[in-house]
Amino acid sequence: MKITVGAVVQGKSSLAYKTGNWRDQRPVLDVDRCKACGQCEEVCPDSAVHVINETYVIDYDFCKGCGLCAYECPAQAIEMVKEEK
Amino acid sequence: MRNVKVLEGSEAVAFAVKACRPHVISAYPISPQTHIVERLAQMRADGELDAEYVRVESEFSAASVISGSSAAGSRSYTASSSQGLLLMTEVLYASVGLRLPFVITGVNRAISAPISIQVDHQDTISLRDSGVIQIYVESSQEAYDAHIAAFKIAEDPGILLPVMVCMDGWILTHSYERVSFMEEAEVDRFLPAFRPLHFLDEKNPKTWGSYAEDNVLMEFKYSVQKAMLHAKTRIKEIFSELSKITGRDHGDLIETYRTKGAEVVLVAMGSMAGTIKDVVDRLRSEGTSVGLVKIRCYRPFPHEDLWEAIKGARVVAVMEADFSMGSEGAVGMDLKAKVCGRPDAPLVLDFITGLGGREVNQEIIEGVVAEAQKAMINKSTFVESCWMGLDPTIVP
Repeated sequence: MKITVGAVVQGKSSLAYKTGNWRDQRPVLDVDRCKACGQCEEVCPDSAVHVINETYVIDYDFCKGCGLCAYECPAQAIEMVKEEK
Repeated sequence: MRNVKVLEGSEAVAFAVKACRPHVISAYPISPQTHIVERLAQMRADGELDAEYVRVESEFSAASVISGSSAAGSRSYTASSSQGLLLMTEVLYASVGLRLPFVITGVNRAISAPISIQVDHQDTISLRDSGVIQIYVESSQEAYDAHIAAFKIAEDPGILLPVMVCMDGWILTHSYERVSFMEEAEVDRFLPAFRPLHFLDEKNPKTWGSYAEDNVLMEFKYSVQKAMLHAKTRIKEIFSELSKITGRDHGDLIETYRTKGAEVVLVAMGSMAGTIKDVVDRLRSEGTSVGLVKIRCYRPFPHEDLWEAIKGARVVAVMEADFSMGSEGAVGMDLKAKVCGRPDAPLVLDFITGLGGREVNQEIIEGVVAEAQKAMINKSTFVESCWMGLDPTIVP
């Protein structure tokens, strides 16, 4: 990657800049307990929860592991698991 | 002679800035300020200057306004001194990183405490590591010419850095001198309209000041150093292009004065160089082998040119109006680090002079030359900087 003069970056380019590696805890969704209420999608500050084929899916390319979804989930269907390499 | 006026140094700078057709000027109008921005505000009020003039509540804001306007693609300018420049420091570092090519006049004055309004170089020297290009001038005429060159240097596509023209408070800003002005058309030809590489544009949004992780920050910092190194060549070319138009030659990165065959070479910046030249003339006529190197461009530091100028000397005596507390004078350190760290180099002596407006007169300069001659005979330098004219008996 070539850096730019003055660190000026073209707008609308955040999709190309993956931030998932900032995460130290990973939210893991138990689809059997999930009631599809959509709270997790609403509270995610990184817009990293999407509905795909009628189920909630977490996008690990952008999830920073803040844990808000797990905290807010009324069905306690999301568990935060330590990231390990 | 065409277009010659006798006027205050501050006013000469205001006319130079006006000739460069800035779009935005922002300044904090109260102490420590000079007549430069006062005169520019007057020109704006009288309809002689077509620029936005933004009054702000601090120098931090003044620097912030011109960094914003510069990012928007406007040619931008401010001026300040001492505490005001220190208050700008954070914004100046950021503007370097964002590569915003505005121009500042750094009117040199001492830093508090104790409060002083008098000249020394501590304020601008404190900004030496920021990445702002610094040009020091000796006279009002040189200040006028340097400002016109400054915008062209700053806006050069290979440089894109803020440029600070450093001029001595009072001695230059408040004295009346003859200054020869350029014709408007000459300035326009020399300094075409600012064409920024990027500019803030709502139709094409870009991010300024984005986050840089440890994998690229070093590269960003090195890119500024690379621009600084490139600037050494471009500044010479730009000064030479300007002097072809004006017929005035103030030197390029440095100016050498009777250094040929000199055993003792003095090194200085700013207005004290004028007095030193007179002393050099007199001492030369009395048979003393002495010359002067005036540093015009302090950042980037012109170590190659300095080496060429001093390599034949036996002693180099730096006279500077600044001090790095706990170490020594900044110019002396630069010279030792970048020029004289070799076995065939002359001895370097560092003299602290003129802090807080103390007069750097002929007697002081002769004293420096005498010390340099002593060191030449003894073949020894001193470990600490020598504070010329200091009265140690009153120091608690």
